[in-house]
Amino acid sequence: MKVVIMGCGRVGATLAAMLSEEGHDVMVLDTRADAFRRLPQGFKGKRHVGNGIDQDVLARIGVGEADAFVAVTQGDNRNVMATQMAKHIFGVKRTLCRIYDPIREEIYRDLGLETISPTIVGAKLLHERLLHTKEPA
Amino acid sequence: MYAIIVGGGKVGYYLAKEMLSEMHEVLIIEQDSAKCERIAEELGDIVLRGDGCEAATMEAAGFGRADMVIAVTGDDEDNLICCQVAKAMFSVPRTIARLNNPKNQDIFRLLGIDTTVSATAAILAQIEQELPTHPVLHLLKLHHGLELIDIKVPSGAGVSGKRVKELLLPHGAMIVLVIGDDGAPKHTSPETAIQAGDDILAVTPTENEDALRTILTQP
Repeated sequence: MKVVIMGCGRVGATLAAMLSEEGHDVMVLDTRADAFRRLPQGFKGKRHVGNGIDQDVLARIGVGEADAFVAVTQGDNRNVMATQMAKHIFGVKRTLCRIYDPIREEIYRDLGLETISPTIVGAKLLHERLLHTKEPA
Repeated sequence: MYAIIVGGGKVGYYLAKEMLSEMHEVLIIEQDSAKCERIAEELGDIVLRGDGCEAATMEAAGFGRADMVIAVTGDDEDNLICCQVAKAMFSVPRTIARLNNPKNQDIFRLLGIDTTVSATAAILAQIEQELPTHPVLHLLKLHHGLELIDIKVPSGAGVSGKRVKELLLPHGAMIVLVIGDDGAPKHTSPETAIQAGDDILAVTPTENEDALRTILTQP
């Protein structure tokens, strides 16, 4: 599968490494070249310095041919805008968008984006761990 | 009329000032506290400090009763999301967004923003009109992502001497009219010969505009 990951932070870099290790064709996009230091040594995917909310950049890296697009920059709004561009302008079939703000996440889920809010997921995990599992010995 | 302006930079400030003088009710939302203070000092108590894309701030600002939301921050993504949320969550009847990158016009329209304004595009349009040698004139935005443009064939262009039917045009592009150097329109058919100095009026999908210009202007 050809996957474009926008944002090479901890999550982006980890996901890129996992997918690449499994043999997927991975392209990581970040506005800062030094973000790529988070990728493991011997990372086989491609790296591209550029802004994912710029249509010219998305066209240049061939987002139109990607099977999936994942937006995991630090900015909710940037992720939402880039995901909508990938989906509606470039016709990428599978898009995933990280949105920290749970309210915005709900709005965009209702508008048809596939979204993940780490705020909700994280809080639920902590809640579950705190109340429903025993303290490790 | 109640207008909410998101972004208290220069555009937001002067916009608020003008609208206040026309007796509209105006609120500016701005994140930077120094900017908020300056606006409050000069225009009065019409500023709310906060994130104009955050639901709690939007609620406090009264998006629910706003007639108009105008997003004029320096970041297109913030302007887009502010207007989209204003529509989806608060059913604001009219949303206007400032574009920093003029190429974002299509995606903003597609995503339901009522009006977009781009200083870059406005200045570009001026330059194109005032410099007749500019190779591409944007005449009209059509529906379905098409536009009508005018390309001047420079001297030494590779297409000079070729017929319309011999041109390898990009997908979806079509030549509708050739105007000669003397300003006389030619009856344009596949047999029409292109000469240097001609103006070529073509309809093309926006994404293929660059490719079309290259074909018609390269040596």
